[in-house]
Amino acid sequence: MHETAILFLEFGAVLLGLGVLGALALRVGISPIPLYLIAGLAFGTGGVLPLATSEEFISVGAELGVVLLLLTLGLEYNADELVTSLTGNARAGLVDLVLNAAPGAICALLLGWGPVAAVAMAGVTYATSSGITAKVLSDLGWIGNRETPTVLSLLVFEDLTMAIYLPVLTTMLAGLSLLSGAVAVGIALVTVSVVLVVALRFGRFIEAFVSSPNSEVLLLKVVGLALLVAGLAQQLQVSAAVGAFLVGIALSGELAEDAQALLAPLRDLFAAVFFVFFGLQTDPAKILPVAGLAALLALASMVTKLLTGAYAARRAGIGKAGQARAGIALIPRGEFNIVIAGLAVGAGAHPDLGALAAAYVLILAAFGPLAAKLVQPFITAIAKRA
Amino acid sequence: MGQVEVEQTALPGIGLRHDFTTRAGQRVGVVSHRTGRRDLVIYDKDDPDRACQTVKLNDEEADALAELLGAPRIVQRLNQLHQQVEGLVSVQLPIPDGSPYAGRPMGEARVRTRTSASIVAVARGGQVFASPGPEFVFRAGDVVVVVGSEDSTSEVADILAQG
Repeated sequence: MHETAILFLEFGAVLLGLGVLGALALRVGISPIPLYLIAGLAFGTGGVLPLATSEEFISVGAELGVVLLLLTLGLEYNADELVTSLTGNARAGLVDLVLNAAPGAICALLLGWGPVAAVAMAGVTYATSSGITAKVLSDLGWIGNRETPTVLSLLVFEDLTMAIYLPVLTTMLAGLSLLSGAVAVGIALVTVSVVLVVALRFGRFIEAFVSSPNSEVLLLKVVGLALLVAGLAQQLQVSAAVGAFLVGIALSGELAEDAQALLAPLRDLFAAVFFVFFGLQTDPAKILPVAGLAALLALASMVTKLLTGAYAARRAGIGKAGQARAGIALIPRGEFNIVIAGLAVGAGAHPDLGALAAAYVLILAAFGPLAAKLVQPFITAIAKRA
Repeated sequence: MGQVEVEQTALPGIGLRHDFTTRAGQRVGVVSHRTGRRDLVIYDKDDPDRACQTVKLNDEEADALAELLGAPRIVQRLNQLHQQVEGLVSVQLPIPDGSPYAGRPMGEARVRTRTSASIVAVARGGQVFASPGPEFVFRAGDVVVVVGSEDSTSEVADILAQG
């Protein structure tokens, strides 16, 4: 058969499979991310139906997916929000960082994977999935709740932390010596700060350049700019994802809303491809041995997120029930955690890291939203009694 | 607004929330989404941080609700106004079926030029159009709120009835 024909057959089958799985996830009321990961496991090495030719195409699609995910995430925020959440919520944000980076880092050190893997695993357990959490908040009608601003500012803080963390991780993964590593980290930090300052100060010039009444032109300009900056960031060892995130932050207001609406379908398509690709890279045979460990890690980091949410909400003067809800809303993990694990696996970290992260995200992406739904009546009952 | 303390909170990535507590101790809020959607939020008495009722409103629905809540206040304020100002009255005048201005824009009646009274609002089927412009088209059955002196407002009544 012709190469193109096989590529289309395989890629088409994968996408169609994802569509069916997505429909299933909707019916059950969970995030489709864990199902996409499972689909990737089935199609990958050692899976049920290994792909022959489309793996390379899917890997490029996956990279695009990460860029689009981060670009749309950046579009959600405007520069003012970033500054306010940095200044107003620094303490809760730091508590979040320390409490939730700990389980992953400790786990990697106990397994003897070394300091670099520990930094990667710290990121895997730290980042809450803003995508899943935002969906949980709107599905359960929690957006109007008084603890919600606390939850959202923590998410903003986490995403900003990621912009600093990813370049640090990529340089560490590159295995540079301490001195050249420090230099690379320095370059990365300076780049991030420069781009942030440019976004805050000169965002309107970028907007004036990108803005167009024609949606086709706007789409091409935004995606082109994001890819260009992502490539540049990758060259500077800052990680493509962060470059795209910063482009998203630089654009705000009506332009950002238009761009978001245009990018949403594109992002959904390639983000799904990205989760499949991560599953492809993970050997299903490796998942079972680490399943118990992943469950333990998931449990530990659920507790740390509950504590984080309770602490941050209490500081904002929220009652007991709201504190519990804030913690529950922070439990889901998803996109970023897989992005981090993907970087680590791509750079040749410990072979079990990918399997552990996959199992861990499978548990928390599926269970986080469910937990919120199941626990809601109990919280209400407790609040009524109190 | 003076009496009510409205709290404003930013919702990063979503929009803004305004809320306040009524004198009876009920917390009410409005979430303004960037997309233009508005949520009217009623808080739980037992758990004052939780929204127990969320009413999602699109642009038109939010406008309609604001009109309903605001319209009686306009008339009330006008009444207060003319109690404060000697010789100023506000009257509500219907546009009768045979009115020459039914179906014509307000500007053509040249009310202010001819009588020095002002049309401040028009009520139509439960909706109130506050401070309508000269391009506003009257319909038979509209009720026009006019502010002016006793004499000038009765002149307006004649204009609207006979032209």
